[in-house]
Amino acid sequence: MDLWYSEFHTKNVKLSIKVSSELLSEQSRYQHIAVFDSPEFGRFLTLDGVMMLTEKDEFIYHEMITHVPMSVNPDIKIVLVIGAGDGGVLRELSKYKTIEKIDLVEIDERVIEVCKQYLPQTACGFSNPAANVIIGDGIKFLRNKENEYDLIIVDSTDPSGPGEVLFSKEFYGNCYNALTEHGIMVNQHESPFYANDADAMIRAHKKISKTFEVSKVYQAHIPTYPSGHWLFGFASKGLHPTRDIKEEYWNRLNIDTKYYTTKLHKGSFCLPKYVEEMLKENE
Amino acid sequence: MNQNKAPIYEALEQLKQNKTVPFDVPGHKRGKGNPELTAFLGEKCLSVDVNSMKQLDNLCHPVSVIKEAEELAAEAFGAAHAFFMVGGTTSAVQAMVLSTVKKDEKIILPRNVHQSVINCLVISGAIPVYVNPQTSDRLGIALGMSMNEVAISIAQNPDAKAILVNNPTYYGICSNLKGIVELAHKHGMKVLVDEAHGTHFYFGENMPITAMKAGADMASVSMHKSGGSLTQSSVLLCGKDVNADYVRKIINLTQTTSGSYLLLSSLDISRRNLALNGFEIFKKVEEFATYAREEINGFGGYYAFSKELINGDSIYDFDSTKLSINTYEIGLAGIEVYDILRDEYDIQIEFGDLTNILAYISVGDIMKNLERLISSLGEIKRLYKKDKSRLLNSQYINPIVEMSPQKAFFANKVSKPLDKCVGEISCEFVICYPPGIPVLAPGEKITKDIVEYIKYSIDKGCVITGPEAMDISRLNVLKGENK
Repeated sequence: MDLWYSEFHTKNVKLSIKVSSELLSEQSRYQHIAVFDSPEFGRFLTLDGVMMLTEKDEFIYHEMITHVPMSVNPDIKIVLVIGAGDGGVLRELSKYKTIEKIDLVEIDERVIEVCKQYLPQTACGFSNPAANVIIGDGIKFLRNKENEYDLIIVDSTDPSGPGEVLFSKEFYGNCYNALTEHGIMVNQHESPFYANDADAMIRAHKKISKTFEVSKVYQAHIPTYPSGHWLFGFASKGLHPTRDIKEEYWNRLNIDTKYYTTKLHKGSFCLPKYVEEMLKENE
Repeated sequence: MNQNKAPIYEALEQLKQNKTVPFDVPGHKRGKGNPELTAFLGEKCLSVDVNSMKQLDNLCHPVSVIKEAEELAAEAFGAAHAFFMVGGTTSAVQAMVLSTVKKDEKIILPRNVHQSVINCLVISGAIPVYVNPQTSDRLGIALGMSMNEVAISIAQNPDAKAILVNNPTYYGICSNLKGIVELAHKHGMKVLVDEAHGTHFYFGENMPITAMKAGADMASVSMHKSGGSLTQSSVLLCGKDVNADYVRKIINLTQTTSGSYLLLSSLDISRRNLALNGFEIFKKVEEFATYAREEINGFGGYYAFSKELINGDSIYDFDSTKLSINTYEIGLAGIEVYDILRDEYDIQIEFGDLTNILAYISVGDIMKNLERLISSLGEIKRLYKKDKSRLLNSQYINPIVEMSPQKAFFANKVSKPLDKCVGEISCEFVICYPPGIPVLAPGEKITKDIVEYIKYSIDKGCVITGPEAMDISRLNVLKGENK
């Protein structure tokens, strides 16, 4: 049997992964959810046909979206995670004993249930006793929050699906308002490479840099995402991602990572010239 | 009758099956002659943009499928007769007025009528009698008609032929329609209802009373607003005491003889949808609006108003599917919030006036967009809130009618700078968008307050239309000898 999962990265480019079996395919209230097993990437999750995570490369995404802000402000105690129903961000946050409370707001309950059943590698994060899971719309949850969170991690899908709201100016404004004085917002920031992704990336950057005092972008290499070149946003009310990094402190914590190092952290903010130019034109 | 039927739509489907060779207009011949337009609008659309022909009936003289579709609509709306209109609700309103009031006859109406009504007075030569309007200082808007004021107007003008009621208003405010109809009929006056914003009253649950149910003689219903049909399509309803054949003659005075089948079929299909699913549709719309009101009122500052305003008279009822929000307490003019929403948050709402905004909620909405609107309003309050003392808090100015709109409109006139117009009689309209209610109509005295209001509206970014001078720097006023 020759079974493949294919995803169009543009109208003219697609990525195909050989599938050994389909474990689940269902339509939830919000999106289509599927889980496959594959020889190369292990088990993987797709939403609306778009790759979310594979067992083989999810560590890159989850480490980079979590440890970058955590090493800039070691005093982070109260965290809000938007999306992230796979549990991967929670798993990484569990490595910090200093965190007192994590609110996780996921719109689609089925994503959490499916991941708990099929993807224990990330869903183990839900066993974190600090985690408080809320099923609901992130923008609604944040609407009346003020000065409450030290860190907000926005682990959204692409702006085309239910994640669209999480790329709006009003959402970023709500995040700003919900953050404490030294607050940081980190978000999944799309890719600079293909035109459609780059367009979403630019629009997000424009809105974030109008909202926050500090708005920087950093990169990682994620093989199963379109072009493999992926960006994250780091926004804050003052803390700078490379100047304010507490390198020694973080290294003394002896946190086990596979991708993230403080050296890589600093390097990840050095962007290719064309990306720098794209961002600069839209600040 | 069977509301599952849609005769015009079915006839068009049949026409497509027949593959009749077209040697008639329109010249694009089912789109083939204009490939660019066909690519843009779609082949299906162009294939039914056809001329009236035997199997499709004729809007000016309906005897088959249009007649049947109009009868179905009449039944659905509880009217004795329904006309499909292709010139917008403006054409329906004009047909109502022209059918009931002739030159130099009086018509009683509130000032917050749509421009189309007063335009029609220029055409007909009828004399407007404005009912002293009830206004809300808190909201800065004109309300419904008070029974007492209607009674006074009727007593003072027993010769008036008709009374026109704007129900509901743009904001969702309803008058005591049944009371007004009873009083007017007792005095031999017809009741015309501009029901442009009330299509859904005929189909939803627990809605304010409809014009037809209240016993009104005629009503203009904008199917393209809450009814879902194409822009420019509308329905004119007649009660049992109206000579529909005479009304058709009036309609045909100004109506196109090439009525668009795109518009007609959209009316037919929308009527069927409303008759079959309207109950569910408007339940959902009402839930959306109620949810949004609760969230927005939770911010403080904004006031998303609803049925709590009901006072038994000038706010006799309220259309709770409307999301009308007063912005006065956050110190921003409605038009400012409207602009910020569009420019900064990519959200287009229906309108903003001096102290309110209206976001149009319909069956086409989805929750996540509603959440965006709500959050954006929260952000606007946080980021742009100002001192409310900078706002003008009431916008209603009493008109002083000196002569008929028709006489002033066609009189000899002279152009004067805006500031020099105080004390003169206007020969033109000055209409401020939003909300589209005349500040001045032809034949009315220009006062200092009016000039100030016009300047303030320009300053706040409203669009002012009417005068020949597009920048509103000058107005045409009556020349000396005409006074």
